Amino acid sequence: MFNVCADPSTLTEFFWVICYLTTAKHFAFYVSFLVVLVLLAIAAPLSLLFGFVATIGTRSSNWIIQIFSKCYINMVRGIPDVVFFLFVPLALDQFFEFIRHKIICFDVVEPIWQGTDFVVCKSAKLPLSTAELWVHQLYAFTLALIAFAIVFGAFAGNVLSGAMRAVPKTQTETGAAFGFTQKQIFWRILVPQMWIYAIPGLSNLWMILIKATPLLFLLGVEDIVYWARELGGSKTSMYAYPHPDWRVYYFAGLLVFYLLMTWASSKVLKRLQIKLSKGQATMAGKELQGY
Amino acid sequence: MSSCWATLQDYGLRSIGIGERILPKTDITICEQVVLIGSGLIWNIYFGIIAVFFGFWFSIILAVGKNHKLALLRIPSESIIFVFRGSPLFIQFFFAYEFFVLLPKVGIEFDLGFITLSAETRWLTRAWLGGLIVLFFNTAAYSAEIFYGAIRSVPSGELEAAEAYGITGWSKFWRIIWPSMLRLAWPSYTNEAIFLFHATSLIFFSGFPAWRQSGDALYYANYFSDKTFNPFLPYPIVAMYFILLTLVIIFIFGVANKYLNRHLDVEQRAKIQISINILR
Repeated sequence: MFNVCADPSTLTEFFWVICYLTTAKHFAFYVSFLVVLVLLAIAAPLSLLFGFVATIGTRSSNWIIQIFSKCYINMVRGIPDVVFFLFVPLALDQFFEFIRHKIICFDVVEPIWQGTDFVVCKSAKLPLSTAELWVHQLYAFTLALIAFAIVFGAFAGNVLSGAMRAVPKTQTETGAAFGFTQKQIFWRILVPQMWIYAIPGLSNLWMILIKATPLLFLLGVEDIVYWARELGGSKTSMYAYPHPDWRVYYFAGLLVFYLLMTWASSKVLKRLQIKLSKGQATMAGKELQGY
Repeated sequence: MSSCWATLQDYGLRSIGIGERILPKTDITICEQVVLIGSGLIWNIYFGIIAVFFGFWFSIILAVGKNHKLALLRIPSESIIFVFRGSPLFIQFFFAYEFFVLLPKVGIEFDLGFITLSAETRWLTRAWLGGLIVLFFNTAAYSAEIFYGAIRSVPSGELEAAEAYGITGWSKFWRIIWPSMLRLAWPSYTNEAIFLFHATSLIFFSGFPAWRQSGDALYYANYFSDKTFNPFLPYPIVAMYFILLTLVIIFIFGVANKYLNRHLDVEQRAKIQISINILR
């Protein structure tokens, strides 16, 4: 990066550190922090949407939709999230390739599962083996994103359906007395009012989501955990910047990063809570008005 | 059926190193998957039970510490709780493993007079001890926050009544605060225990190597999924095992909950529900 860094072996300690921290690989490490933030920025609204749709599903009059959505939002109570993170991307990948295989290579008669192999024709592979590296990375990231949205959608579904139950009955009954239809009651009374009851749960969910982001590593995404292991591992004199095993320091750095993230989030969420409680007929709202 | 019995004998205790050494490689049957994944569950139960048991007592100390007036006691408790609740368990495992690896490899011998125990630091890099230590601190921190909240919500009338009778200090804690605290915290603590058992499945994916392919349930599920290219069988098996485990935990904690609430009217008793709103 800097001209001084041309020959690292001649550097003084101070410049060595500067040069070491600005190598191309370290920039890939810094960019991977952005990957985490991008994942958070997309996964949070997406899982809220999944959760909201599932909550509507649990109130559906169609019993198939109702049972399906109830199973969906309750599964995270009994099954560890890691299981989903390992299963969903793999299952989706096979599902997509299976569909593409059936459409593109409809003339191939051999079965797809051959003993212990999953064989689809070359042109049905996702992404194509000729595709560039970034396509592969984007594909892996997208699958990971879907896995996050599914798992945290189920968590959000739990929070939202609990919040809907917490809206006082008198509110919906008043709506019914005024001749609102069920749909109107849902959209005009229940949905606008449930958020204040959902905020504590959603805040907690945001914290869990932050703390789940290192699991990206399990999904084959080159995230901060990947780079911390890669960069921290001991480097022999074959490398430009030889050093012993420094992984423990890299992971200490990641710990600090996450502590800062959760600490800042909790500050912001507390403020949001206070702001939304203003004027509410709840204990917190009354305290704000000095009752 | 008889072959499945043989599989059970070969692989039933494989995860703790008893039975057949070599894992099934070709022609993997459903029976082998069910047995081996179930065998891995031994590890999840081991980690869960030990961490919950020891973590419980440490969390009480942390909770009381956090509630203490003395900053000398309060600040260390608060810091431990903050660090372990604020960072991902996954990173904690990685950090701890690398930290334990760097420790000098020494053996320490404890002479207890009648028996000599030897402890070696290399054990810390094994999942059964190193992973357990991280889990212990992690669950202690989360539970401490729950118990701290419960101590704060013990009705002040009970405390005043105790003081009026001259009950102070330790006996005030053990006889007045302790039962109420446990009762108030129990539903949330049940949640914590459930999600701790779920979290045990992270250990073998986080730096701690599975020694001689002895791993937990998810480790074997992942193994089968890699070997057969079919994730649709092993992962649902793991899921079934964990759902069963969760039901057992709810049952056991439910019995304890009934005991803690035995003096209250039925309507006043707190019910145990798995709630996502609380912690973890």
